Amino acid sequence: MDSKLSRRRLLAAASAGLALTGLPRAALALNVNEARTLVDRVVADVNSVINSGKSESQMLPAFEKIFARYADVTYIAQSALGPAGRGASRAEMTAYVRAFQSYIARKYGRRFREFIGGRIEVTGARPLKSFFEVVSVAHLRGQAPFDLRWHVFDKSGKDLFFNLIIEGVNMLAAERTEIGAMLDKRKGSISALTADLQRLG
Amino acid sequence: MSIKSVLAGALVAITLTACSRPEPGAEFNDPYEAQNRAVHEENVRLDRLVFGAYPRKRPIMPKPLAQGFSNFSSNLGMPSAVVNSLLQARPGPALQNTVRFVVNSTVGLGGIFDPATAIGIHAENTDFGETLHVWGAPEGAYMVVPIAGPTTERDLAGSVVDVILNPLNKLGNPEDYYLGVAKIAGGAGNRALYSDVVDSILYESADSYAQMRLLYLQNRHFQLGIEADVFDPYEDPYGQ
Repeated sequence: MDSKLSRRRLLAAASAGLALTGLPRAALALNVNEARTLVDRVVADVNSVINSGKSESQMLPAFEKIFARYADVTYIAQSALGPAGRGASRAEMTAYVRAFQSYIARKYGRRFREFIGGRIEVTGARPLKSFFEVVSVAHLRGQAPFDLRWHVFDKSGKDLFFNLIIEGVNMLAAERTEIGAMLDKRKGSISALTADLQRLG
Repeated sequence: MSIKSVLAGALVAITLTACSRPEPGAEFNDPYEAQNRAVHEENVRLDRLVFGAYPRKRPIMPKPLAQGFSNFSSNLGMPSAVVNSLLQARPGPALQNTVRFVVNSTVGLGGIFDPATAIGIHAENTDFGETLHVWGAPEGAYMVVPIAGPTTERDLAGSVVDVILNPLNKLGNPEDYYLGVAKIAGGAGNRALYSDVVDSILYESADSYAQMRLLYLQNRHFQLGIEADVFDPYEDPYGQ
Protein backbone atom coordinates (compact mmCIF):
# COMPACT_ATOMS: atom_id res chain seq x y z
CA MET A 1 0.00 0.00 0.00
CA ASP A 2 2.65 2.37 1.11
CA SER A 3 4.95 1.52 -1.73
CA LYS A 4 2.05 1.73 -4.22
CA LEU A 5 1.22 5.21 -3.00
CA SER A 6 4.74 6.41 -3.23
CA ARG A 7 5.03 4.92 -6.72
CA ARG A 8 1.86 6.76 -7.74
CA ARG A 9 3.26 9.92 -6.26
CA LEU A 10 6.47 9.37 -8.08
CA LEU A 11 4.63 8.89 -11.36
CA ALA A 12 2.60 12.02 -10.75
CA ALA A 13 5.71 13.97 -9.99
CA ALA A 14 7.44 12.57 -13.05
CA SER A 15 4.57 13.47 -15.37
CA ALA A 16 4.40 16.94 -13.86
CA GLY A 17 8.07 17.23 -14.55
CA LEU A 18 7.57 16.03 -18.12
CA ALA A 19 4.78 18.53 -18.63
CA LEU A 20 7.06 21.29 -17.50
CA THR A 21 10.00 20.30 -19.63
CA GLY A 22 7.59 19.73 -22.52
CA LEU A 23 7.08 23.45 -22.64
CA PRO A 24 9.45 25.31 -24.92
CA ARG A 25 11.67 26.08 -21.99
CA ALA A 26 14.65 23.83 -22.32
CA ALA A 27 16.34 26.04 -19.73
CA LEU A 28 14.80 23.92 -17.02
CA ALA A 29 17.35 21.28 -17.88
CA LEU A 30 19.95 23.74 -16.70
CA ASN A 31 19.96 24.65 -13.04
CA VAL A 32 21.45 27.41 -11.00
CA ASN A 33 24.40 25.28 -9.89
CA GLU A 34 25.30 24.33 -13.45
CA ALA A 35 25.12 27.95 -14.54
CA ARG A 36 27.41 28.89 -11.71
CA THR A 37 29.78 26.04 -12.56
CA LEU A 38 30.07 27.32 -16.13
CA VAL A 39 30.94 30.83 -14.98
CA ASP A 40 33.32 29.44 -12.34
CA ARG A 41 35.18 27.75 -15.20
CA VAL A 42 35.20 30.87 -17.40
CA VAL A 43 36.40 32.97 -14.47
CA ALA A 44 39.11 30.42 -13.54
CA ASP A 45 40.35 30.50 -17.14
CA VAL A 46 40.27 34.32 -17.26
CA ASN A 47 42.03 34.59 -13.89
CA SER A 48 44.75 32.19 -14.93
CA VAL A 49 45.39 34.19 -18.12
CA ILE A 50 45.43 37.61 -16.42
CA ASN A 51 47.86 36.39 -13.79
CA SER A 52 50.04 34.30 -16.09
CA GLY A 53 52.59 37.07 -16.50
CA LYS A 54 52.43 36.70 -20.30
CA SER A 55 52.68 39.78 -22.49
CA GLU A 56 49.47 41.47 -23.63
CA SER A 57 49.92 40.27 -27.18
CA GLN A 58 50.22 36.68 -25.94
CA MET A 59 47.10 37.06 -23.82
CA LEU A 60 44.82 38.24 -26.62
CA PRO A 61 44.53 34.88 -28.40
CA ALA A 62 43.93 33.22 -25.01
CA PHE A 63 41.02 35.59 -24.30
CA GLU A 64 39.61 35.01 -27.79
CA LYS A 65 39.70 31.27 -27.16
CA ILE A 66 37.86 31.66 -23.83
CA PHE A 67 35.16 33.73 -25.51
CA ALA A 68 34.72 31.31 -28.40
CA ARG A 69 34.57 28.36 -26.03
CA TYR A 70 32.16 29.55 -23.34
CA ALA A 71 29.84 31.99 -25.18
CA ASP A 72 26.96 31.03 -27.50
CA VAL A 73 28.38 33.08 -30.32
CA THR A 74 25.85 31.79 -32.87
CA TYR A 75 22.97 33.03 -30.77
CA ILE A 76 24.65 36.38 -30.06
CA ALA A 77 25.40 36.84 -33.78
CA GLN A 78 21.83 36.09 -34.89
CA SER A 79 20.30 38.20 -32.15
CA ALA A 80 22.59 41.14 -32.99
CA LEU A 81 21.61 40.96 -36.65
CA GLY A 82 17.91 40.95 -35.82
CA PRO A 83 15.20 40.97 -38.50
CA ALA A 84 17.70 41.45 -41.35
CA GLY A 85 18.70 37.82 -40.90
CA ARG A 86 15.27 36.62 -42.03
CA GLY A 87 15.79 37.42 -45.67
CA ALA A 88 19.33 36.02 -45.74
CA SER A 89 20.29 32.75 -47.38
CA ARG A 90 21.70 29.93 -45.28
CA ALA A 91 25.18 30.37 -46.78
CA GLU A 92 25.08 34.10 -46.09
CA MET A 93 24.12 33.49 -42.46
CA THR A 94 26.84 30.88 -41.94
CA ALA A 95 29.48 33.25 -43.29
CA TYR A 96 28.11 36.12 -41.20
CA VAL A 97 28.12 34.09 -37.96
CA ARG A 98 31.70 32.98 -38.60
CA ALA A 99 32.86 36.57 -39.19
CA PHE A 100 30.94 37.78 -36.15
CA GLN A 101 32.62 35.15 -33.99
CA SER A 102 36.11 36.40 -34.73
CA TYR A 103 34.98 40.03 -34.44
CA ILE A 104 33.35 39.61 -31.03
CA ALA A 105 36.12 37.40 -29.63
CA ARG A 106 38.72 40.00 -30.57
CA LYS A 107 36.65 42.93 -29.33
CA TYR A 108 35.78 41.50 -25.91
CA GLY A 109 39.09 39.68 -25.62
CA ARG A 110 40.70 43.10 -25.69
CA ARG A 111 38.33 44.28 -22.95
CA PHE A 112 39.59 41.48 -20.67
CA ARG A 113 43.05 42.96 -21.10
CA GLU A 114 42.09 45.64 -18.58
CA PHE A 115 41.74 42.88 -15.99
CA ILE A 116 45.46 42.07 -16.05
CA GLY A 117 46.78 41.74 -12.52
CA GLY A 118 43.25 41.63 -11.09
CA ARG A 119 40.81 38.87 -10.34
CA ILE A 120 37.14 38.04 -10.80
CA GLU A 121 35.13 36.50 -8.00
CA VAL A 122 31.79 34.73 -8.50
CA THR A 123 29.45 35.84 -5.70
CA GLY A 124 26.06 34.39 -6.54
CA ALA A 125 23.62 32.97 -9.07
CA ARG A 126 19.85 33.23 -9.50
CA PRO A 127 17.19 32.24 -12.02
CA LEU A 128 16.05 35.16 -14.18
CA LYS A 129 13.13 34.80 -16.61
CA SER A 130 13.94 31.55 -18.44
CA PHE A 131 17.70 31.57 -17.86
CA PHE A 132 20.23 32.14 -15.10
CA GLU A 133 22.19 35.14 -14.00
CA VAL A 134 25.57 34.56 -12.38
CA VAL A 135 26.86 37.56 -10.47
CA SER A 136 30.55 38.27 -10.14
CA VAL A 137 32.73 41.10 -8.93
CA ALA A 138 35.87 42.21 -10.74
CA HIS A 139 38.66 43.41 -8.47
CA LEU A 140 41.10 45.45 -10.50
CA ARG A 141 44.27 46.90 -9.11
CA GLY A 142 43.80 50.38 -7.61
CA GLN A 143 40.13 50.54 -8.59
CA ALA A 144 36.83 50.11 -6.82
CA PRO A 145 35.44 46.61 -7.51
CA PHE A 146 32.84 46.50 -10.27
CA ASP A 147 29.81 44.43 -11.08
CA LEU A 148 30.01 41.81 -13.84
CA ARG A 149 27.01 39.60 -14.62
CA TRP A 150 26.84 36.58 -16.89
CA HIS A 151 23.61 35.39 -18.45
CA VAL A 152 23.72 31.65 -19.02
CA PHE A 153 21.40 29.31 -20.91
CA ASP A 154 21.54 25.97 -22.70
CA LYS A 155 19.45 26.77 -25.75
CA SER A 156 22.07 25.22 -28.00
CA GLY A 157 22.18 22.05 -25.86
CA LYS A 158 25.36 23.18 -24.15
CA ASP A 159 25.65 25.45 -21.10
CA LEU A 160 26.99 28.74 -22.51
CA PHE A 161 26.76 32.42 -21.67
CA PHE A 162 24.90 34.65 -24.12
CA ASN A 163 25.15 38.04 -22.47
CA LEU A 164 27.57 39.98 -20.29
CA ILE A 165 26.40 42.92 -18.16
CA ILE A 166 29.26 45.17 -17.08
CA GLU A 167 28.14 47.78 -14.53
CA GLY A 168 24.70 47.69 -16.08
CA VAL A 169 25.94 47.86 -19.68
CA ASN A 170 24.46 45.05 -21.73
CA MET A 171 26.75 43.48 -24.36
CA LEU A 172 23.90 42.10 -26.47
CA ALA A 173 22.19 45.50 -26.60
CA ALA A 174 25.48 47.20 -27.52
CA GLU A 175 26.07 44.69 -30.33
CA ARG A 176 22.53 45.07 -31.66
CA THR A 177 23.14 48.81 -31.87
CA GLU A 178 26.54 48.31 -33.47
CA ILE A 179 25.57 45.65 -36.02
CA GLY A 180 22.38 47.57 -36.86
CA ALA A 181 24.39 50.74 -37.55
CA MET A 182 26.96 48.84 -39.62
CA LEU A 183 24.23 47.24 -41.69
CA ASP A 184 22.55 50.62 -42.29
CA LYS A 185 25.85 52.07 -43.50
CA ARG A 186 26.18 49.16 -45.95
CA LYS A 187 22.62 49.65 -47.22
CA GLY A 188 21.48 46.39 -45.66
CA SER A 189 24.01 44.16 -47.40
CA ILE A 190 24.85 41.22 -45.14
CA SER A 191 27.76 40.14 -47.35
CA ALA A 192 29.35 43.60 -47.14
CA LEU A 193 28.83 43.51 -43.35
CA THR A 194 30.43 40.05 -43.17
CA ALA A 195 33.47 41.17 -45.16
CA ASP A 196 34.00 44.17 -42.88
CA LEU A 197 33.45 42.24 -39.63
CA GLN A 198 36.41 40.05 -40.52
CA ARG A 199 38.65 43.11 -40.43
CA LEU A 200 37.13 44.78 -37.35
CA GLY A 201 37.02 44.16 -33.61
CA MET B 1 25.66 79.46 -0.40
CA SER B 2 22.38 79.78 1.40
CA ILE B 3 19.67 77.22 1.99
CA LYS B 4 17.36 79.44 -0.02
CA SER B 5 19.53 79.37 -3.13
CA VAL B 6 19.82 75.56 -2.91
CA LEU B 7 16.08 75.18 -2.60
CA ALA B 8 15.55 77.58 -5.49
CA GLY B 9 18.03 75.55 -7.56
CA ALA B 10 16.31 72.31 -6.67
CA LEU B 11 12.94 73.77 -7.59
CA VAL B 12 14.24 74.92 -10.97
CA ALA B 13 15.76 71.47 -11.49
CA ILE B 14 12.51 69.66 -10.75
CA THR B 15 10.51 71.98 -12.97
CA LEU B 16 12.99 71.52 -15.80
CA THR B 17 13.04 67.74 -15.62
CA ALA B 18 9.29 67.62 -15.49
CA CYS B 19 8.98 68.85 -19.10
CA SER B 20 10.05 65.88 -21.23
CA ARG B 21 8.36 62.54 -21.17
CA PRO B 22 9.29 59.62 -23.38
CA GLU B 23 7.39 59.09 -26.62
CA PRO B 24 5.36 55.92 -26.25
CA GLY B 25 7.11 52.98 -27.94
CA ALA B 26 10.44 54.76 -28.41
CA GLU B 27 13.50 52.94 -27.15
CA PHE B 28 15.06 56.11 -25.76
CA ASN B 29 13.64 59.40 -24.64
CA ASP B 30 15.65 61.43 -27.14
CA PRO B 31 13.42 64.10 -28.71
CA TYR B 32 16.42 66.39 -29.33
CA GLU B 33 18.35 63.76 -31.26
CA ALA B 34 19.20 66.04 -34.19
CA GLN B 35 20.71 68.76 -31.94
CA ASN B 36 22.32 66.14 -29.72
CA ARG B 37 24.00 64.53 -32.71
CA ALA B 38 25.39 67.87 -33.84
CA VAL B 39 26.84 68.56 -30.36
CA HIS B 40 28.23 65.01 -30.27
CA GLU B 41 30.02 65.58 -33.60
CA GLU B 42 31.58 68.75 -32.19
CA ASN B 43 32.65 66.93 -29.03
CA VAL B 44 34.33 64.18 -31.05
CA ARG B 45 36.10 66.79 -33.16
CA LEU B 46 37.29 68.53 -29.98
CA ASP B 47 38.42 65.21 -28.49
CA ARG B 48 40.54 64.51 -31.56
CA LEU B 49 41.98 68.02 -31.41
CA VAL B 50 42.91 67.85 -27.71
CA PHE B 51 43.85 64.20 -27.24
CA GLY B 52 45.27 63.43 -30.68
CA ALA B 53 44.27 61.34 -33.67
CA TYR B 54 43.23 57.71 -33.38
CA PRO B 55 44.86 55.16 -33.62
CA ARG B 56 47.37 56.80 -31.30
CA LYS B 57 51.10 56.23 -31.39
CA ARG B 58 51.63 56.85 -27.67
CA PRO B 59 49.39 57.16 -24.59
CA ILE B 60 47.58 60.46 -24.05
CA MET B 61 49.64 61.09 -20.90
CA PRO B 62 51.74 58.97 -18.54
CA LYS B 63 49.52 56.79 -16.36
CA PRO B 64 50.74 58.13 -12.96
CA LEU B 65 49.97 61.68 -14.09
CA ALA B 66 46.50 60.70 -15.36
CA GLN B 67 45.82 58.83 -12.11
CA GLY B 68 46.97 61.84 -10.06
CA PHE B 69 44.65 64.21 -11.95
CA SER B 70 41.76 61.79 -11.61
CA ASN B 71 42.37 61.24 -7.87
CA PHE B 72 42.75 64.94 -7.10
CA SER B 73 39.54 65.90 -8.86
CA SER B 74 37.61 62.99 -7.41
CA ASN B 75 38.76 63.90 -3.90
CA LEU B 76 37.54 67.48 -4.30
CA GLY B 77 34.15 66.06 -5.28
CA MET B 78 33.77 64.16 -2.02
CA PRO B 79 32.28 66.96 0.15
CA SER B 80 29.63 67.49 -2.50
CA ALA B 81 28.90 63.73 -2.57
CA VAL B 82 28.55 63.75 1.22
CA VAL B 83 25.97 66.55 1.05
CA ASN B 84 24.03 64.65 -1.61
CA SER B 85 24.09 61.37 0.35
CA LEU B 86 22.64 63.25 3.31
CA LEU B 87 19.95 64.81 1.09
CA GLN B 88 19.15 61.25 -0.06
CA ALA B 89 18.93 60.13 3.60
CA ARG B 90 21.85 57.72 3.09
CA PRO B 91 24.16 58.22 6.09
CA GLY B 92 26.35 55.17 5.26
CA PRO B 93 27.87 56.51 2.01
CA ALA B 94 28.08 60.00 3.57
CA LEU B 95 30.24 58.63 6.38
CA GLN B 96 32.36 56.52 4.02
CA ASN B 97 33.07 59.50 1.73
CA THR B 98 33.88 61.70 4.74
CA VAL B 99 36.49 59.18 5.91
CA ARG B 100 37.83 58.98 2.35
CA PHE B 101 38.12 62.73 2.09
CA VAL B 102 40.02 62.96 5.38
CA VAL B 103 42.38 60.05 4.56
CA ASN B 104 43.13 61.13 0.98
CA SER B 105 43.49 64.82 1.80
CA THR B 106 46.11 64.03 4.46
CA VAL B 107 47.89 60.71 3.82
CA GLY B 108 47.10 61.05 0.11
CA LEU B 109 48.89 64.42 -0.05
CA GLY B 110 45.93 66.61 -0.80
CA GLY B 111 44.15 63.91 -2.80
CA ILE B 112 46.81 63.26 -5.45
CA PHE B 113 47.09 59.69 -4.18
CA ASP B 114 44.26 57.42 -3.20
CA PRO B 115 45.32 55.40 -0.15
CA ALA B 116 41.64 55.10 0.87
CA THR B 117 40.86 52.78 -2.08
CA ALA B 118 43.95 50.73 -1.25
CA ILE B 119 42.56 50.02 2.22
CA GLY B 120 39.09 49.26 0.88
CA ILE B 121 37.32 52.60 1.45
CA HIS B 122 35.93 53.08 -2.06
CA ALA B 123 34.29 56.21 -3.40
CA GLU B 124 30.50 56.11 -3.27
CA ASN B 125 29.95 58.48 -6.17
CA THR B 126 26.74 60.42 -6.17
CA ASP B 127 25.46 63.78 -7.32
CA PHE B 128 22.42 66.01 -7.24
CA GLY B 129 21.05 64.21 -10.31
CA GLU B 130 20.78 61.11 -8.12
CA THR B 131 19.27 63.16 -5.31
CA LEU B 132 16.59 64.35 -7.74
CA HIS B 133 15.97 60.72 -8.72
CA VAL B 134 15.63 59.72 -5.06
CA TRP B 135 13.20 62.59 -4.55
CA GLY B 136 11.09 61.27 -7.42
CA ALA B 137 11.94 63.63 -10.30
CA PRO B 138 11.63 61.97 -13.74
CA GLU B 139 14.73 61.46 -15.88
CA GLY B 140 13.66 63.73 -18.71
CA ALA B 141 15.16 63.66 -22.18
CA TYR B 142 18.61 62.42 -23.14
CA MET B 143 20.97 65.32 -23.80
CA VAL B 144 24.47 65.82 -25.14
CA VAL B 145 26.14 68.99 -23.88
CA PRO B 146 29.37 70.59 -25.14
CA ILE B 147 32.56 69.08 -23.65
CA ALA B 148 30.89 67.15 -20.80
CA GLY B 149 28.94 64.97 -23.29
CA PRO B 150 26.04 62.66 -22.44
CA THR B 151 23.55 63.54 -19.72
CA THR B 152 19.80 63.75 -19.17
CA GLU B 153 17.61 66.74 -18.34
CA ARG B 154 17.56 65.60 -14.73
CA ASP B 155 21.32 65.03 -14.56
CA LEU B 156 22.03 68.34 -16.27
CA ALA B 157 19.88 70.22 -13.77
CA GLY B 158 21.65 68.22 -11.06
CA SER B 159 25.11 69.30 -12.26
CA VAL B 160 24.05 72.95 -12.10
CA VAL B 161 22.82 72.52 -8.54
CA ASP B 162 26.00 70.60 -7.62
CA VAL B 163 28.08 73.68 -8.42
CA ILE B 164 26.03 75.75 -5.97
CA LEU B 165 25.84 72.95 -3.43
CA ASN B 166 29.59 72.18 -3.29
CA PRO B 167 30.77 73.11 0.22
CA LEU B 168 34.21 73.91 -1.25
CA ASN B 169 32.64 76.49 -3.51
CA LYS B 170 32.22 79.87 -1.88
CA LEU B 171 30.46 81.57 -4.77
CA GLY B 172 32.14 84.76 -5.89
CA ASN B 173 35.53 84.06 -4.35
CA PRO B 174 38.50 84.42 -6.69
CA GLU B 175 39.89 80.98 -5.67
CA ASP B 176 36.80 79.31 -7.07
CA TYR B 177 38.31 78.75 -10.47
CA TYR B 178 40.61 76.13 -8.89
CA LEU B 179 37.62 73.81 -8.63
CA GLY B 180 36.88 74.24 -12.32
CA VAL B 181 40.51 73.68 -13.27
CA ALA B 182 40.67 70.56 -11.09
CA LYS B 183 37.52 69.26 -12.73
CA ILE B 184 38.92 69.74 -16.22
CA ALA B 185 42.23 68.10 -15.23
CA GLY B 186 40.27 65.21 -13.70
CA GLY B 187 38.30 64.83 -16.91
CA ALA B 188 41.49 64.72 -18.96
CA GLY B 189 43.00 62.21 -16.51
CA ASN B 190 39.98 59.94 -16.81
CA ARG B 191 40.00 60.30 -20.59
CA ALA B 192 43.60 59.04 -20.56
CA LEU B 193 43.02 56.27 -18.00
CA TYR B 194 40.09 54.81 -19.91
CA SER B 195 41.35 55.64 -23.38
CA ASP B 196 40.94 52.04 -24.61
CA VAL B 197 37.21 52.00 -23.94
CA VAL B 198 36.54 55.63 -24.89
CA ASP B 199 38.52 55.34 -28.15
CA SER B 200 36.68 52.18 -29.11
CA ILE B 201 33.33 53.93 -28.62
CA LEU B 202 34.23 57.24 -30.27
CA TYR B 203 36.39 56.02 -33.13
CA GLU B 204 35.60 52.38 -33.79
CA SER B 205 31.84 52.08 -33.56
CA ALA B 206 29.66 52.48 -36.62
CA ASP B 207 27.41 54.98 -34.84
CA SER B 208 29.28 56.44 -31.88
CA TYR B 209 26.30 58.61 -30.93
CA ALA B 210 23.95 55.62 -30.57
CA GLN B 211 26.62 53.58 -28.77
CA MET B 212 27.35 56.41 -26.32
CA ARG B 213 23.65 56.99 -25.60
CA LEU B 214 23.10 53.30 -24.86
CA LEU B 215 26.16 52.98 -22.63
CA TYR B 216 25.48 56.21 -20.73
CA LEU B 217 21.83 55.47 -20.02
CA GLN B 218 22.36 51.81 -19.09
CA ASN B 219 25.27 52.60 -16.80
CA ARG B 220 23.46 55.55 -15.23
CA HIS B 221 20.37 53.44 -14.55
CA PHE B 222 22.58 50.82 -12.95
CA GLN B 223 24.17 53.49 -10.76
CA LEU B 224 20.76 54.77 -9.69
CA GLY B 225 19.53 51.26 -8.98
CA ILE B 226 16.84 51.34 -11.70
CA GLU B 227 15.96 47.79 -12.74
CA ALA B 228 17.04 47.22 -16.35
CA ASP B 229 15.01 45.48 -19.02
CA VAL B 230 16.23 41.92 -19.40
CA PHE B 231 16.50 40.15 -22.73
CA ASP B 232 14.74 36.83 -22.60
CA PRO B 233 16.53 34.70 -25.19
CA TYR B 234 13.52 32.35 -25.39
CA GLU B 235 11.36 35.25 -26.53
CA ASP B 236 13.93 36.50 -29.02
CA PRO B 237 12.54 35.96 -32.53
CA TYR B 238 15.92 36.34 -34.20
CA GLY B 239 18.38 34.16 -32.27
CA GLN B 240 17.76 30.43 -32.73
